Amino acid sequence: MDSKSATDSKSNEDRRQEMKAPPRASAAALFWTFFRIGAFTIGGGYVMVPLIQRDIVERRGWVEKDSFVDVLAIAQTAPGPIAVNTAVYVGYMLRGIWGALSCLAGCILPSIIIILVVAALFDQISSSTYVQAAFAGIRPAVVVLILSAAIKIGRPVVRSRTELALAVAAMVLVAFVRVSPALVVTAAAVYGLSSRSIAGNGGTDA
Amino acid sequence: MILLNLYLSFAKVGLFTFGGGYAMLPLIESEIIHGRGWLTVREFTDIVAIAEVTPGPIAVNSATFVGYRLAGVLGGIVATLGVVTPSVVIILALAMLAKRFENSTQLALVKSGMRPAVVGLIAAAALSVARVALVDLKSIIMAAVAALLVFKVKLDPILVLAISGLLGAIIFS
Repeated sequence: MDSKSATDSKSNEDRRQEMKAPPRASAAALFWTFFRIGAFTIGGGYVMVPLIQRDIVERRGWVEKDSFVDVLAIAQTAPGPIAVNTAVYVGYMLRGIWGALSCLAGCILPSIIIILVVAALFDQISSSTYVQAAFAGIRPAVVVLILSAAIKIGRPVVRSRTELALAVAAMVLVAFVRVSPALVVTAAAVYGLSSRSIAGNGGTDA
Repeated sequence: MILLNLYLSFAKVGLFTFGGGYAMLPLIESEIIHGRGWLTVREFTDIVAIAEVTPGPIAVNSATFVGYRLAGVLGGIVATLGVVTPSVVIILALAMLAKRFENSTQLALVKSGMRPAVVGLIAAAALSVARVALVDLKSIIMAAVAALLVFKVKLDPILVLAISGLLGAIIFS
């Protein structure tokens, strides 16, 4: 917090040059950003990954690429919906507990509103061929969006053969062997801790 | 009393769900249907279908829907708060820990192993959606159109979803 308030008096340019101080995010901006993201998280929590990547990392620059990967690691290891975990973590990083609660509220409010409306009109909506057709159209796009997030997130992270092997192993274990993602992340963390070789070019942001 | 029970039941579901919303469904089934007898299997199937086609995390959608069915709007809100409470507490604790050990070399090593695995997990998520999404020629063409919009046009993901939904409503209906 101290470093942030110290940079407030400086020009925007100065602020950008300071790597450790991301642009300041207000609680309201966090709320609306995650409200928008929550409203378009269709087809499971992972859709949120490309949306958050675009809004929070690329457009707003609130979170750095490397930190975003770490957020995703924790979001997938901790219990609970990934979308909720990600929102709470990003909010906390940017504005402490109030930031976390703003992001959480923004992230779940669209669901609550929509589900309450849907619950009231359940039969009309679930039997509408247009609604079903629209979602049949959205699902292929979801595949592409999640894939593009994997590529974007992977580019700076997967640079050595060991790192590629780890990524492929994690994918196969989760997608085909059906190992729990939390277990895979934990195992990868233990592997990282025990072998210094991948950290040589990988985890040097500390 | 029903509100308190709803809150506690969904907090339990939130606490024991690892690996995203779908992992939560069997837990909801055992806790809400078999444990509490609050819903029939048929109702639960409908709820899952709705949760899948509406925006938002499936876990949150299911909680809101079940809560609403059992105790109206307030029930929906209470159940949703229940399902996210463990997440909020655990994530805040982890975030605080990560901040405290920001400069530790051990944490850097842990991250160096976790990061590539996370990339693999996201790819795995794409694969698991692909299994249900890419089922015929039409859906593969839709994916190709989306790929064009994402990789070439570099369109906002939200616009890509909106356009795909519109196209889908025209093509698949």
